[in-house]
Amino acid sequence: MVDFAGWSMPIHYGSQLEEHKQVRCEAGVFDVSHMTIVDVEGADAEPYLRSLLANDVARLDVLGRALYSGMLNENGGVIDDLIVYRMAFGFRVVSNCATREKDLAWMRSIAGSFILEINERPDLSILAVHGPASIDRVCKLLDSDSAEAVRNLGNFRGQMLDQWFIARTGYTGEKGLEIILPDKDVAGLWDQLLSHGVNPIGLGARDTLRLEAGMNLYGHDMDESISPIAANMAFSIAWDPLERDFVGRKAITAHLEQQRQGHFPELAGLVLEQRGVLREGQRVITENGDGIITSGSFSPTLKHSIALARIPVNSENCQVEMRGKLVAVRKVRPNFVRFGKKVFE
Amino acid sequence: MSKFPDDLKYAKSHEWVKVDENGVATIGISSHAQSALGDIVFVELPETGTTVNAKDEVAVVESVKAASDVYSPVSGEVIEVNELLEDEPETVNVSPYENGWFYKLQLNDEAELDELMYADAYAEHCDDE
Repeated sequence: MVDFAGWSMPIHYGSQLEEHKQVRCEAGVFDVSHMTIVDVEGADAEPYLRSLLANDVARLDVLGRALYSGMLNENGGVIDDLIVYRMAFGFRVVSNCATREKDLAWMRSIAGSFILEINERPDLSILAVHGPASIDRVCKLLDSDSAEAVRNLGNFRGQMLDQWFIARTGYTGEKGLEIILPDKDVAGLWDQLLSHGVNPIGLGARDTLRLEAGMNLYGHDMDESISPIAANMAFSIAWDPLERDFVGRKAITAHLEQQRQGHFPELAGLVLEQRGVLREGQRVITENGDGIITSGSFSPTLKHSIALARIPVNSENCQVEMRGKLVAVRKVRPNFVRFGKKVFE
Repeated sequence: MSKFPDDLKYAKSHEWVKVDENGVATIGISSHAQSALGDIVFVELPETGTTVNAKDEVAVVESVKAASDVYSPVSGEVIEVNELLEDEPETVNVSPYENGWFYKLQLNDEAELDELMYADAYAEHCDDE
């Protein structure tokens, strides 16, 4: 067990590698109740979030639909990354744990004259159930109408089922669900899942799964000093409509232009096919200058090491300084494994 | 009864050594070390024929968590390495004292064994860490 921003959490329940495999091949459950849940309600909830977030909640055309976004400061640094869902009452934002206080303070500071309420929901827990068999196994625990509704959910879609909110979102690159439910229900659901072949998965496998999926970890791959442009988050920035003036827009517009001219870093994927493990903090040497590994690990699916690294844009020849030696690595798109399969060339 | 095998001697840096009647020392890492490292994914072993000194870095263990140096607890010439670990490094987690040994060397100086700990002292050392 480790202390994770005040939460006592398991790195693994036995073997990190076994847990990783369980999610890629079958189904596992993560207790991610440490994540911050904030409900935004009120007449101005939508214009407020359109001003707060780099992605555009106006794109959430139906109830339950989700999108991933960065929340930026004026300099274009990433205050946090989050998922926002459109709900009947407004919007639900799920952000990181270690960033809880600063996120809430920032969200309140931007609220200004918008008419809305920002309500943290410490009364809710989250279980993430992921893996090829995950949806079937969750559906076995639900009544037939609910099971039908869950089976019909598209990716990044969710639905309220009585007190539970169930959505097809996650952090593993596998099919799966995130279930947001009252604290009083969570232990019961956890036990039921475990008795239906859904094994518990710790933080260690959560990290290797998300890294294989090329998903960022806040505080490692980006933070308040890093632009989303340098963190492979361009896909989550809604540039249109042009008149939407979200916090940080001016700064990251400039970053994008600098990157186009070859003067701004990018977050790339690195692959080491020989023995050794790339680790966070290792220096990357390229023909355009130095970069740094922001996340690195052994990939249990690929059986070799992979990493995310912030390096000068358009660099092709990358070497990593590992334990005093320079080792050549291959640069790839930062997306390594989806649905159990290798996805880079 | 110690939680570590009584027939081995241990280094502070968590290697174990076992010496047979011909002065051949087998070296591995303790169950405490493998457990602290977590799942082991690569082991880099010394080359057969190299001469190592006590406290030299001779091997590297990479786990999902971290890379760790292995220091030779004694001096001598490496006469055999455990090639099984190339393909099945997880053997170190499963069987740290039997199938998960690292290398064998022909011992130069038996007196070096006196510098190492017996199981009880090693258990105390682990508790103190």
